[in-house]
Amino acid sequence: MSLPGSVSDTLDLLKRGNYIADRSLATAVYLALSLGRPLFLEGEAGVGKTEIAKVLAETLGRRLIRLQCYEGLDVTSAVYEWNYPRQMIEIRLAESGTEARDTLEEEIFTDRFLIKRPLLQALEPAIDGPPVLLIDELDRTDEPFEAYLLEVLSDFQITIPETGTIRAEHPPIVVITSNRTREIHDALKRRCFYYWIDYPTAARELEILRVKAPGAAAALSREVVAFVQKLRANHDLFKLPGVAETIDWAHALTQLDVLALTPEAINDTLGVLLKYQDDIAKIQGSEAERLLSQVKAELAASG
Amino acid sequence: MEGAQTPAAAGGDGGRLLENVMYFARTLRAAGLPIGPGKVLAAVEALRAVGIESRSDFYWTLHAVFVNRRDQRELFDQAFHIFWRNPKLLERMLGMMLPEVVLPDQQKGEEMSRRLAEALKKPGEGEGDKPPEEEIELDAAMTFSEREVLRTMDFEKMSAAEIETAKTAIRRMTLPLADVRTRRFAPNPHGSRTDMRASFRAQLRSGGFMALKRKSQRRRPPPLVIICDISGSMSRYSRIFLHFMHAVTNDRDRVHTFLFGTRLTNITRFLRYRDIDIALDKVAGVVEDWSGGTRIGETLGEFNRHWSRRVLGQGAIVLLITDGLDRDAGIGIGAEMDRLHKSCRRLIWLNPLLRYEGFAPKSLGMRAILPHVDEFKPIHNLESLSELVAALSRPGPRRLEAAAAWRETG
Repeated sequence: MSLPGSVSDTLDLLKRGNYIADRSLATAVYLALSLGRPLFLEGEAGVGKTEIAKVLAETLGRRLIRLQCYEGLDVTSAVYEWNYPRQMIEIRLAESGTEARDTLEEEIFTDRFLIKRPLLQALEPAIDGPPVLLIDELDRTDEPFEAYLLEVLSDFQITIPETGTIRAEHPPIVVITSNRTREIHDALKRRCFYYWIDYPTAARELEILRVKAPGAAAALSREVVAFVQKLRANHDLFKLPGVAETIDWAHALTQLDVLALTPEAINDTLGVLLKYQDDIAKIQGSEAERLLSQVKAELAASG
Repeated sequence: MEGAQTPAAAGGDGGRLLENVMYFARTLRAAGLPIGPGKVLAAVEALRAVGIESRSDFYWTLHAVFVNRRDQRELFDQAFHIFWRNPKLLERMLGMMLPEVVLPDQQKGEEMSRRLAEALKKPGEGEGDKPPEEEIELDAAMTFSEREVLRTMDFEKMSAAEIETAKTAIRRMTLPLADVRTRRFAPNPHGSRTDMRASFRAQLRSGGFMALKRKSQRRRPPPLVIICDISGSMSRYSRIFLHFMHAVTNDRDRVHTFLFGTRLTNITRFLRYRDIDIALDKVAGVVEDWSGGTRIGETLGEFNRHWSRRVLGQGAIVLLITDGLDRDAGIGIGAEMDRLHKSCRRLIWLNPLLRYEGFAPKSLGMRAILPHVDEFKPIHNLESLSELVAALSRPGPRRLEAAAAWRETG
């Protein structure tokens, strides 16, 4: 698959991968694809940041390389590591032989002994085009790693002291996500196209449900979306439900053969939607009932 | 995409669009967005890629380039609509306001952007609502005996001059938090793990036996979050604490500072100014609830909702500075304190009222806070401040235990 030629094409492309995006998001994606710069996505958990990379890889037919970030992520697990056991064996073999020692160093620091981690893999040439590199939850790493990424993302090259610099012939498609548990440094953001993914509008969310949970009855989907939108709008919840939760909830209700929301059904499945006990306690029972009756009344009024 | 419609034309004969984008970028920069010449080039390049057939695409293309953080969206949005509806508006405004002044073109541009920046400021954000706090600068070099007396004197009872001296002492304070282990390694000859890579390289250099190199986990102080009460009952202390917070903020990285009375204000950015007077001026400009009432439950709720995930991420230590006297009589404090306690590594409550002999946490607010803090310490004079510094520099007792004695009396 070749890259999309316009914003509308990008929108279609995402749609083919079952991703319903706003045109604004498609613009940012299109820019990242056509200008070869990383796409930096921020937003609350469960709004579909990671999904974009997956969909892009799938619809463009590229390989997806994922680097999950965590505190203390370092070069040996993100970029490369030498295969020490093999090197050790090689040295032993060399010692038993008569080979000159100065050639040994050159030999054991070659590609053969290099274990490639995600970032290095992403720079390698691939048959079906440069891969999609997903750097997930960048905010979980620490600043030193962020600084390291700067070099990789601006020049798409990696320096290995023992062998030299590896440079990508065709830069990968890079998608970076962050949950904003801390602010990412401006120097890194500056090199990217930035987009904040918001919670979708009711209409958009309904569209997403239609694609992602086709098994759910139309009436149920409408109620589910309206209920979730109410939760997001009115309540001082510690963690608001994301789109992922909405989809999970629709699936769960469908599994339980629920055709229309009832207070009991909500109470039984609230754990799918809300992930903190305080939040569940706040909504469960009378509050859920009140919201549901509001939702039903509004839906009835709108036909 | 047709050639005539793309700004690519701007490359050749210097079309109006390129000029306008540059102009727009300068306006945004004046309004406070970090935009350099590189961004302008990127914007032109991006516009060339997308084309400018539709206004919404145009908007989002510039948005993708110029906006870097979520809170910049609104500023961008306003600036965009004012600017692209009628870029001439600014010039006309200038013409109306300053009829007699004729400026060369370039200066005119700058002048206008500043005007727009001011127009873009949200009400309440602007400076000048409040007269800046008066700071009397006394360069007081302390003598030894002075320091001794001041150490145990309550901040509340100090004269203005004594407070100045105390501030000088505070300025020199550092906060050596007990380090925590990170998951990174550094070479260390006595480390517990083998550093294979270093060993190999050393062996290849020297030949012969392989001498094992060692490494150990790197240590680093955890982030610190200070949440300080500036309500009426704390007013005498809060000025002093600001100095303390300023000293701590400039001494180390990963410090976040919040003030609360009836609402919560993040002042981290302002305290980063090296100069204490500039920092305090800026703080005075943004905080609107000095010496008012206290709504602990509500402001803590605000902190939990909007900030806790962003600043408590990597095992932060939280210092909560408040006397626990609450206007809402402790309503909602318990649940929010519980949430706060669960989200951080250690929660330390500093209370100036603790200085009184036989103090018992009787007020409703205090009783609601107490079950959820790991430590409960006084903070009312220089000595208690330095004790605090000492306490934070060693690993404390198990969570919740240090405040257990107080819970029984309370």
